[in-house]
Amino acid sequence: MAAIIFLIFLGIIVAGGFLAAFIWAVRSGQYDDDYSPSVRMLFDKKEKAAEEKTKEETQSTTITKN
Amino acid sequence: MRQNACVHCGSDCGKSPVVWNEKSFCCHGCRTVYEILHEKDLGQYYEIQPMSGIRIENAQQLKKFAFLDNQEIAEKLLDFKDGTSSRVSFFIPTVHCASCIWLLEHLNTLHPGIAYSDVNFPKKEVHITFRNDLLSLRQLAELLAAIHYVPEITLNHLEGKKAAKTNRALLVKIGIASFSFLNIMMYSFPEYLPGGDLLEQDFKHTFGWLSFVLILPVVFYSANDYYLSAWKGLKHKIINIDLPITLGIIALFLQSSWEVFNGNGIGYMDSLAGLLFFLLIGKWYQGKTYQALSFERDYKSYFPVAVTKLDAQNEELIVPIKDLIKGDRILVRNQELVPADSRIILGKGNIDYSFVTGEALPVAKNEGDYIYAGGRQVGSSIQMEVEKEVEQSYLTQLWNQKSTKEDDSPLQNHVNTVSHYFTIIILIIAFTSFFYWAKDSISTAVYVFTSVLIIACPCALALTVPFTFGSTMRAFGRRGFYLKKTEVIEQLYRTSSIVFDKTGTITINREVDVVYQGEALSSDEKSCIRSMVRHSTHPLSTTLHTFLNPCQMVEPESYEEISGLGITGLVKGVRINLGSKAFVTGEAESDAITESRVYISFNNALKGYFTISNVYREGLSEVINRLAKKYTLHLISGDNEAERQRLTAIFGQGTNLHFNQSPTDKKAYVQNLKEKGDKVLMIGDGLNDAGALASSNTGITIADDVFSFSPACDAIMTADMFGKIDSFMRFTRISFAVVRLSFFISLVYNLVGLSFAVSANLSPLVAAILMPLSSISVVVFATLSISLLSKHFLPRI
Repeated sequence: MAAIIFLIFLGIIVAGGFLAAFIWAVRSGQYDDDYSPSVRMLFDKKEKAAEEKTKEETQSTTITKN
Repeated sequence: MRQNACVHCGSDCGKSPVVWNEKSFCCHGCRTVYEILHEKDLGQYYEIQPMSGIRIENAQQLKKFAFLDNQEIAEKLLDFKDGTSSRVSFFIPTVHCASCIWLLEHLNTLHPGIAYSDVNFPKKEVHITFRNDLLSLRQLAELLAAIHYVPEITLNHLEGKKAAKTNRALLVKIGIASFSFLNIMMYSFPEYLPGGDLLEQDFKHTFGWLSFVLILPVVFYSANDYYLSAWKGLKHKIINIDLPITLGIIALFLQSSWEVFNGNGIGYMDSLAGLLFFLLIGKWYQGKTYQALSFERDYKSYFPVAVTKLDAQNEELIVPIKDLIKGDRILVRNQELVPADSRIILGKGNIDYSFVTGEALPVAKNEGDYIYAGGRQVGSSIQMEVEKEVEQSYLTQLWNQKSTKEDDSPLQNHVNTVSHYFTIIILIIAFTSFFYWAKDSISTAVYVFTSVLIIACPCALALTVPFTFGSTMRAFGRRGFYLKKTEVIEQLYRTSSIVFDKTGTITINREVDVVYQGEALSSDEKSCIRSMVRHSTHPLSTTLHTFLNPCQMVEPESYEEISGLGITGLVKGVRINLGSKAFVTGEAESDAITESRVYISFNNALKGYFTISNVYREGLSEVINRLAKKYTLHLISGDNEAERQRLTAIFGQGTNLHFNQSPTDKKAYVQNLKEKGDKVLMIGDGLNDAGALASSNTGITIADDVFSFSPACDAIMTADMFGKIDSFMRFTRISFAVVRLSFFISLVYNLVGLSFAVSANLSPLVAAILMPLSSISVVVFATLSISLLSKHFLPRI
């Protein structure tokens, strides 16, 4: 029977972990915008290469400035 | 896809499209944006959602960010700044689709100075982190404007920082309630099964104490809004719905805790947690708001952040608007707002008051004329001298007047009336059964007393209104009628009088109707007139210029504009006079004529005149007819009596039509109606209605673009829904019928529950079944019936 008590406490700890995660998610503003992420995930990443290129450029400009 | 549509914005390209790279565009603005994006390999913008670009008619708008170079202003706008980078949030009203999100989140491809950008779509905001050494705030704003995402920066953005985040607190409360609810339900479950009584005592203790611990945050944190609201109501001597809920919560908590302390199991802990979980869900559903719409705007969200001031040496300085003082000289360029009441000292004013009054035609002003703040200069720049500071300007003061709505005190609404009687009856039943059982056993009597309060806790009753009105509000919103909050439905339902503004509300903004009367004009004569008016910037001239299109143009041999009277000139040897009656014919205009007329004479022989009048919205007379059957209608207009006859024909003989009303008159008129006991619905559009909208019971603003500026109000309606106002009004009555039926259903459940309670038979099991069942059935009934009825009774989407 002690097993059940143990499992129940384990259950609370696991569920409490999820609750903490939920509260953190709300506080950090993840629920403020429930539309854009659903669209964002559908964007193709084909321009990734170009993006990296610009990043490199940015870095090189900073280096030259320094 | 339509033929001949602009690749960028989808509008018709007309006969001569701008062609670039084998693609056709409606204008050079659109082409430029396409070119920029094409160059940076951002063509995907057009693939995600074709032709989603934004068209900007007035290129002047794109170059008005010079004020961002002012350090003081820039500092205030930035969310965050350190040595190398800054973060800023811009409100961009034109964000509307997936393509917009994509492009705005790929700004870093467009400019290496932008490190990161993300979009909050419901708020239409973009947050950008950029590098200070590569990009200034002004350049960033201009970059956004160049791709036609023009950030809106107003005085409001400088002052009050972000709105309160109450919604987040509610979500946390729901999260905690659901966590406790689900866990406690698990502990309660064994007791409901056959043989549950045989459960070992140890378990009962453990489960009881666990539930007790888990319920504490629910009772003391998640539910605190209900205690506050009940207390507020009591202070105002109103018994609102939250009072019986609070009583129920307290009874449930005390009864269950008592059982836990005595080791008798876990009592009604599961019902209590479930009850609060459902109630909070209802609150969340009701609390939907249209984040990008603003219902609370005052002059601060309309006025620019800074103006161009001229110092003694005529040097242009950019100063924050609040630093303007009386006597300052300012420069107002084309498309800029007059920020404070001032007098023109140099240049020709041509002031567009359409935001203020809804008037379509700009008003011509001369040097020395006094201009009220809020007008927009159209045409060349003018120099002005400030007469009153911004805060003291005539219209600003009007908008700032506190609305007379008692927002803080709880409304004496339908639900509160019901819950008032409900609470009294429940208390009577509770005490009667207490005394009835007290003769036998005091402990049974206490048990019955708490049972009555527990089962009568009007959970279903409290969920009715959030779900019925919440669904109604969503149904309205999908059709372009946005409510500030669900209470507006009740206010609309109680309306007895409707007050209309004229210009811009029942007439179409920026559109006029031109009618010619007199001797017919040959096409040659028309071309002569058009060639004349082309040279004048007077609003009536520009209107005629558009009206007479297409016409051949000839260059007049001589041309003169006589301010305030008209224009005279020689075209192809013919002397043409255009203007007021006094100017053209020499006779004074009779007082009876109040509409705008332009007389024409050729070689001093009168030809006829053009009448320029407003265009009424489509379906106006039909909607007025339908509304007149139920409500008393009023019309208050700032204009003269010119259209009285046309309006009497539409509104009918008995209607109250009032003309020449100043903004203060309008406000007083509405207040007067309210004092007579009328529930007033004010429908307006411009800033001159702001006072009337605020003092009415319900204020609706009609807007062509709901995201652009509108005065403070309770609801915003897109202009094309104007003809359907009556069906929205009728639907509020339907919503109320649904509320009444749901009340009835929940009362039936309550009666069943009470019969258990007074006979001392309310076990935790009965409560655990009855309470969620009643809540769920009411919620399902309310949402389903509204969604079915709205398809039938509201205009199609």
